[in-house]
Amino acid sequence: MEKYIIELRNLSKSYNGIKVVNSIDLKIRENEFVTLLGPSGCGKTTTLRMIGGFEDPDEGEILFQGKLLNPVPPYKRNINTVFQRYALFPHMNVFENVAFGLRIKKLPKDEIVERVERILKMMDLENFGKRHVDSLSGGQQQRVAIARALVNEPKVLLLDEPLGALDLKLRKEMQIELLDMQRSVGITFIYVTHDQEEALTMSDTVVVMNQGHIQQVGTPEDIYNEPNNRFVADFIGESNIIEAIMLEDKKVRFDDHTFDCVDVGFGQNEPVDVVIRPEDLQIVTDPGKGMIQGTVISVVFKGVHYEMLIENEHREYMVHSTLMFPEGSRVGMNVQPVDIHVMKREGHES
Amino acid sequence: MKRMKILAYPYSVWMAIFIVVPILLVLLYSLTEGDIRNLAELRFSTQSYERVLEPIYLKVIVNSFILATLSTLFCLLLGYPVAMIVARSNPKVRGMLLMFLIVPMWMNFLLRTYAWMSILSPNGFLNRLMDLLGLPRLEIMPGKTAVLLGMIYNFLPFMILPIYTVLSKIDKQFLEAANDLGANNMRTFFKIILPLSIPGVVSGITMVFLPAVSTFVISGLLGGGKTPLIGDLIEHQFMWEGNWHFGSSLSIILMVMILISMAIMSRIDRNGQQEKNGQSKV
Ligand SMILES: Nc1ncnc2c1ncn2[C@@H]1O[C@H](COP(=O)(O)OP(=O)(O)O)[C@@H](O)[C@H]1O
Ligand SMILES: [Mg+2]
Repeated sequence: MEKYIIELRNLSKSYNGIKVVNSIDLKIRENEFVTLLGPSGCGKTTTLRMIGGFEDPDEGEILFQGKLLNPVPPYKRNINTVFQRYALFPHMNVFENVAFGLRIKKLPKDEIVERVERILKMMDLENFGKRHVDSLSGGQQQRVAIARALVNEPKVLLLDEPLGALDLKLRKEMQIELLDMQRSVGITFIYVTHDQEEALTMSDTVVVMNQGHIQQVGTPEDIYNEPNNRFVADFIGESNIIEAIMLEDKKVRFDDHTFDCVDVGFGQNEPVDVVIRPEDLQIVTDPGKGMIQGTVISVVFKGVHYEMLIENEHREYMVHSTLMFPEGSRVGMNVQPVDIHVMKREGHES
Repeated sequence: MKRMKILAYPYSVWMAIFIVVPILLVLLYSLTEGDIRNLAELRFSTQSYERVLEPIYLKVIVNSFILATLSTLFCLLLGYPVAMIVARSNPKVRGMLLMFLIVPMWMNFLLRTYAWMSILSPNGFLNRLMDLLGLPRLEIMPGKTAVLLGMIYNFLPFMILPIYTVLSKIDKQFLEAANDLGANNMRTFFKIILPLSIPGVVSGITMVFLPAVSTFVISGLLGGGKTPLIGDLIEHQFMWEGNWHFGSSLSIILMVMILISMAIMSRIDRNGQQEKNGQSKV
């Protein structure tokens, strides 16, 4: 049997009669980097706060190393949190903020000094110990918040959009630093973000949430390549979502063409949604050599690739390509069977 | 902006006439002797200051200080938990509780004190209750205890409100962060809530101690005049004895004491602030 450090079972929480977290089941392995991903208001923070012990679930169980965690108060949980707004204590300097947890545990003075200084060094905050927290930049405050949590060497670290307030460049740097740190200290990270790119680059496992429900749990590759439904496909990056008919196993029909694909297990002639990522469509200059034909209606240069909209009588396709086809030109498009992702149509039970 | 400044002139004149001039007069009277109606005839003298040092008057001053300190202390001990309860209650209840605190403040000081007289007097409400319960009667009034109770009652809201204001502004995230780092509720209180509420405590102490140390009448009403306070003494000198010189030097002494205690309090507050800004420590 696999060892899980955190297990959520049928977890629910309502505010004012609205279920903001709705029967969530989730298993998290030791040292895993798990990301809760979803649009703002989908219940990520609430889920995290229940794990931290700041909200009581209405229903369901939280297990920590197999033991029920619900009745344990937050100050007794071997879990620390990096809060969305950092919540650094305004009446203490950086050193005292970081030392707080160790002082509460009444560790010997010299051990506290040693551990705090070690973590400050690790976070590139060596000379900041005596500085007041209000005098720090956003990025520095954020590192203090992480140091303050990590110095306690918790089993699980909860991070609520910790990079949300930083600018793009700093955010990218911190993503790499956080990832390095998680690998080197061996702590389970439960990370909340609404940024799909951040989730895909950092996580071992991504949990996509919407309106209090888990939509899909999987590796970043799974989530990106095999979205479960329209919501996940749409939320994880740009994609073409096409209504189609699954004729039989490995045969799907749309735009007056029958495509080979790799999906099986749908009913005969079942209505389905098909996802094709923009970079998986190959353009050919001879329309006759394409499975579908269309006209280029817009071209935008995106730095590495061109983003083109190609229209046929049924829909517009978004295509990413390093080759440019001028507006108005008639082209053909091909797609590999493995790049056609067939999903169950929402609201359609087979 | 210039026109706004002009608007402040009448106020400045008002201040000068009704505050600065009287204070200068009091200072003048305190340092002179002679007929106060004839300013030209006043002679310099330290006589009334010397009189302040006589044991019976020193005792009054010390008494006033002790009583004011005690009432401030009790107001703090009672007021802090109340402020905490108000700050933590849900918004609807909070409004009610604040009303209960503020409404008595709209009543006249004397009226409130009379209300306490009817509670504490020998045949008052309290003793009737004791009779009903078959307990021995309490002989609180007239006496120091009654004065202290009256002062605490009168000044308590001035302690609660500033502390409440500061407590209600403390971000809940700090408390959660302390909890998260292993501090139970008691340690969270001593390490986070209490230090962050010091500015409220300081202004509460100031707002109670200052009126308490200069209060008058209350000791006559609740203490039966047995323990006159410095405020009573000053009133007596001006209204009954007609010794404005002695009354003035008592007033000046009281003012200096108040200024010193205010300076100390603001120093404490500033230290807290500086620690907050952290500049002093860098
Ligand atoms: N304390 C609260 N009282 C009432 N509603 C709340 C409270 N906390 C969160 N909500 C609501 O619950 C929903 C989910 O919130 P949250 O978990 O913070 O979402 P996320 O972190 O994914 O943006 C939101 O609609 C939010 O308005
Ligand atoms: Mg949130």
